Amino acid sequence: MKLRTFTIGGIHPAENKLTASSPIIGMELPREAVIPFAQHIGAPAACLLKKGDTVRRGDLIASASGFVSANVHSPISGTVAKIDKGTTAAGYRTDTITIVASDADHEADSASVSIPAQILRNEAQLEALTPEEIVAIVHEAGIVGLGGATFPTKVKLSPPPGMTADILIINAVECEPFLTNDHALMLEAPTEIISGVRMLMKAAKVDKAVIAIEANKPDAIALLTDVAAKIDGRIEVMPLKVKYPQGGEKQLIEAVTGREVPSGALPIAAGAIVQNVATAYAVWRAAALGEPLIDRVITVTGPELRKPGNYRVALGTPLRMLIEMAGGIPENTGKVILGGPMMGKAIVKLDAPTMKGVSGLLILPMEQARRPKTEPCIRCGECVTACPMGLEPYLIATLSRFSRWEDAEAEKIMNCIECGSCSFACPSSRPILDFIRLGKSTVGAAIRARAQQPNK
Amino acid sequence: MNQLLVVSASPHIHTSRTTSKCMWNVVIALIPALLCAFYYFGIGAVIVTAASVTGCVVTEFLITRYMLGRESSIANGSAILTGLLLACNLPSNLPVWIVLIGAVVAIGIGKMSFGGLGCNIFNPALVGRVFLLISFPAQMTTWPLPSVNTWNYADATTGATILGSLKLGEINVSDIDILDKLTGMAGGSLGEVGSIALIIGFVYLLVTKVISWHIPVSIIATVGLFSWSIGASPVIEILSGGLLLGAIFMATDYVTSPMCHRGMILYGVMIGIITVVIRQWGAYPEGMSFAILIMNGFTPLINKYIKPRRFGERSVAK
Repeated sequence: MKLRTFTIGGIHPAENKLTASSPIIGMELPREAVIPFAQHIGAPAACLLKKGDTVRRGDLIASASGFVSANVHSPISGTVAKIDKGTTAAGYRTDTITIVASDADHEADSASVSIPAQILRNEAQLEALTPEEIVAIVHEAGIVGLGGATFPTKVKLSPPPGMTADILIINAVECEPFLTNDHALMLEAPTEIISGVRMLMKAAKVDKAVIAIEANKPDAIALLTDVAAKIDGRIEVMPLKVKYPQGGEKQLIEAVTGREVPSGALPIAAGAIVQNVATAYAVWRAAALGEPLIDRVITVTGPELRKPGNYRVALGTPLRMLIEMAGGIPENTGKVILGGPMMGKAIVKLDAPTMKGVSGLLILPMEQARRPKTEPCIRCGECVTACPMGLEPYLIATLSRFSRWEDAEAEKIMNCIECGSCSFACPSSRPILDFIRLGKSTVGAAIRARAQQPNK
Repeated sequence: MNQLLVVSASPHIHTSRTTSKCMWNVVIALIPALLCAFYYFGIGAVIVTAASVTGCVVTEFLITRYMLGRESSIANGSAILTGLLLACNLPSNLPVWIVLIGAVVAIGIGKMSFGGLGCNIFNPALVGRVFLLISFPAQMTTWPLPSVNTWNYADATTGATILGSLKLGEINVSDIDILDKLTGMAGGSLGEVGSIALIIGFVYLLVTKVISWHIPVSIIATVGLFSWSIGASPVIEILSGGLLLGAIFMATDYVTSPMCHRGMILYGVMIGIITVVIRQWGAYPEGMSFAILIMNGFTPLINKYIKPRRFGERSVAK
């Protein structure tokens, strides 16, 4: 059978899945956790605590402040040491809360995570949950999209009036090179994932779900196909041809359904809701175990790292601890990336905390850290061929460079999903995406300004 | 680890392709055709090729270094490639001084006057060739015969090309041995004669993904269909007059051809039509160089009006 994939553009970077067969290893809880209130797209959560308060692991520490926002919970038991400005790994200053565990707290927490969690709701009770109850559980647990975009999951399950979805697509594509966290999770918790998918289907009021997995993970495809067939015939596991950026929401919907999300519209316009596979698992944990989103699976990897692996990490853990767990930072490290090499962010500070959207930590040696030298554009068209949105990256980058914002808008610069395929494919190593980002921010601001003057 | 971390925007990995690798791959793809030329045209082909490459490289070096004051761009291989392509478009008995004029025009006017690599509108090698064709029509249209000239250069035995003879009515289509055209046993410029060698180069370029199929295939298909529909022999038209050389190596020049696949097809079809029109009704027996240069001039317009299919234009189900 010919495997499906998206039709426009795409690239094939080296997969480098060094940790593809590594099981998930639980990481030691930190003694001190720094938790930013803004770990998701939307308004930062509002802090509920003050200095000196004590919290238990899993307690709510900040509540969603608006429709597009998410609750934040404490990953460890302890005392609030301070509430102040901290720096995220990407270098942004943001409000954070620091929780410090006493020896007794640390021992009690460590003991509780080492034993199997207590079941809060059994299969029958999960089955009895109404869509509204599931949405409420997702909201309470502070679940956001764990693929990296961190869009609050509750919002995606609450489509705008008049719009309905007919399909739930579970994004288990993991098209970023190096990352294997979703792969490892699928191998470890297939039953739980399927249960989470069923709850998401019920909450989204759809009768069909597709778990989309790239064909480079045959073991996960076989396992989930088997489990899904036993539990729920409405769930199909669909292998996809390996191509980047297949995990992009628009590309994935097109690959699975053949429908294209119109320019500027939400995925629901194509009748689809997309959720990450790790999100589905988090929904199961929230519903079955009553556990909010306080940890996640992260791939810590890199060509020179001694013990690359997939780790279950408490949010708020300093990134430095993850690297130590993976064998310590190699001597010739040049760059540390949060996420994968195509869309991840290079970070400034190793002391910054783990957040909800961190799917991987990639450590690159110095010789891979710097970009190759920029050369003149030879108009080869590779960027046009690579662009999965059917744009002309060379053109919109040049228009941005020369501040021709109206022309850039007319050439659909706002459709760019910043997947990086153009910059990757450019044989002259031109900073194509950098200029497009510059253009997007200016054009986006102009569009918003226009929207506020409706009569013009 | 005590040095600072490098911070840059994504993506953090990069294709292993580089501009110079692309150029060198095209040079490699030309090797079969060049060997074929050396075999049939002998020492003259070697002299013309050497003069052309040297002329192009030295011209580019002098201009970048002493007129523009930039770092030398010789290492990226594009000047060498232009030199080879120019040589492929010349007869093997062309005097060195004429070859050098062609090289200076190709690089100096065709490429560097526009700003160097990536900025030129017209294919530099073709600018050089057409300049010579118009300036030295006699020398540029006397073609040494294959095989008999191994050690002859200036005193080579010459003859007409197949298209030239057909145009003058000296021979008929039925007189032509297709096998000779395939193996290179025919008169013509250096690189145009060995069709099989050119096709080997084409396959190499496709396999290494230096070029896509769109331009060569649309040119060849158009020439084949159009010449068949007006009663000419498609096979002869395709295998003669530098058509394969032009379709595979000249029209696919990155800098001067359209950016998206749709544009490439339009460009290729137009080159095919113009070539056949010139060959059938124009003054010259061969039209490929002119057709490519004309369409080079249209490339910016094609890029402006022919867009790739945007994601989201099709919202209905497959």
